[in-house]
Amino acid sequence: MSLLQVEDLAIQFGGVRAVDGVSFAVEPGEVFAIIGPNGAGKSTIFNLISRIYQPSQGRIRFDGRDITGLRAHEFAGLGIARTFQNIELFDHSTVLDNLLMGRHSHRSTNFVEDILFLPKVRRAERAHRERVEQVIEFLELEAYRNKMIAGLPYGVRKVVEIGRALAIGPRLILLDEPASGLSVEETREVAFWIEDMRRDMGLTVVMVEHDMSLVTRVCDRVLAVANGRPLALGSPAEVQANRDVKAAYLGTETAA
Amino acid sequence: MRAVFKTSYDRDIDLHEHGRSRAKIAVLLVVMAALPFLVGDYYLAEAANTLIWALAGMGLMVAVGHTGQVSLGHAAFLAVGAYADTALMNLGLPFLLSFPLAGLIAGLFGALLAVPAVRMSGIYLAIATLAMFVIVEELVILLEPITGGVGGLMAPSIGIFGISFDRYAALPNFYWLCLAVTALVTWGYANLMRSPTGRSFLAVRDSEISARALGINVTRTRSLAFGLSSGVTGLAGALMGHYIGFFNYELFSIFISINLLLVVTIGGLGFIQGAFLGAILITAMPQFIAILRDNVNATTGIDLSGIPGLDTLVFSLILIGFIIYEPAGLYGRWLKMRFWLEVFPLARRDMFRRQKTYLKTERMR
Repeated sequence: MSLLQVEDLAIQFGGVRAVDGVSFAVEPGEVFAIIGPNGAGKSTIFNLISRIYQPSQGRIRFDGRDITGLRAHEFAGLGIARTFQNIELFDHSTVLDNLLMGRHSHRSTNFVEDILFLPKVRRAERAHRERVEQVIEFLELEAYRNKMIAGLPYGVRKVVEIGRALAIGPRLILLDEPASGLSVEETREVAFWIEDMRRDMGLTVVMVEHDMSLVTRVCDRVLAVANGRPLALGSPAEVQANRDVKAAYLGTETAA
Repeated sequence: MRAVFKTSYDRDIDLHEHGRSRAKIAVLLVVMAALPFLVGDYYLAEAANTLIWALAGMGLMVAVGHTGQVSLGHAAFLAVGAYADTALMNLGLPFLLSFPLAGLIAGLFGALLAVPAVRMSGIYLAIATLAMFVIVEELVILLEPITGGVGGLMAPSIGIFGISFDRYAALPNFYWLCLAVTALVTWGYANLMRSPTGRSFLAVRDSEISARALGINVTRTRSLAFGLSSGVTGLAGALMGHYIGFFNYELFSIFISINLLLVVTIGGLGFIQGAFLGAILITAMPQFIAILRDNVNATTGIDLSGIPGLDTLVFSLILIGFIIYEPAGLYGRWLKMRFWLEVFPLARRDMFRRQKTYLKTERMR
């Protein structure tokens, strides 16, 4: 059964149908990419899945369960993590604290216990820290552990954000343009990590990406969208060869 | 620069990174506890006042510094705390019960008001809290049987297990009471900030959208922060009532709210220590200016007391100077100085400059 199932998703901002009748299904352990020209509605699809926007039509199912009616803060608990296109980290905290914040959906103590710092809070903190250290080791963030986000270079922040999503301990991770603004070397590293996430952590990855070299390298299937509508769905090679996709990116031959 | 060799996660979870910083706090506590034997009644009363302001400042710091919710109405929670405590004591409850209850009432009151208010942010929230303050002020005048209306109330003398903690009759005891409450609250506050709850506050402050994506219920978190904030401020209000002795609605004016906001901004937003430094500055400054004025009068014969508003002018100039030249506050300045000394002579000018983020959009807010 598909892990994530999107059926006939649509949203309207005023008169603009930003996403219009998009359907796809992502299988467990798959790396799935959504591509398309600027303004095609890729990020909007992400924001619909993670309930920043309310879809005006359509259903989203996760692991067979209808999650269309859930609220944004209920997704992490289900095991869905996401990153943001424009990096939404907590700038005035350290890398370590940012990653620990990723453990929020696993918290086992209430605020009264926290204020008194009961032994159970300390035990929980140790467990969170251990989990976070695994993420730090995986992404090789050891050198930045106690650094403030505000002083870190862009590429590192990007990795920290992936780390924070991994700290949730998700089954599905949504990466919104993981390679945007990264150098060629950094993009290659991201590709390695995505492959490792799938292989070693058994994660399912859905990403929005412009960098076709990354997409062809790591993705099993690609969905191309333009003007909010699905154009083609298939392997990276198939989608790249598709006439409609070429037309959406480059314009049609006849129109020229 | 001190490097701490960490051998277990507990070193990071502990309140103090190393023994020396733990010792520093212990020495500070001992000196503070010994203060009644070191200084006279006047300065002891001033110290008690400073502790009360620091307590109120910590209350506001939870909301403004750590959750990013500006409040112009915190004098209202001081009032709720003071009136609740006095009213409960007048009903015959002992201070040991009425005091925590006063904090609880102020806290619940704040959390309740926060439910509609926390959906707002920035200047709109500030205006909403201001409205809240006006409502409380009117309520105090209307609820005359409890609050004494415009006339005001006399705070009863505090007694715990037969020992007097009266502000005048037993000032050292009252001072120790303030110190104990402040120390306890500080400990709880520090604990909060190293726990998941405190981290969720910071998360909500810095990025609501990703806080949600991590499973944080933003509305509930902000209400909780506001409730805790007003609860602690309520405790300070109860103590302030006893400190002043006789009070009416005028004690808890809008100026108190603004002063409280100054305590946290000048002290250093986002630092518990900032509440203390700000409180020291705010309570000591008027006294300091008065002493200076008397000195000028004694040495040069120029009588400045005839000029109206001089104190306020000097006071405001200092405050404005701080806001322009040191937005990180006193504690932020101290951190910079310490850093400069630690890495001497390697400190660079730009090490503390905040990096601009060019890739931030308002698109998804």
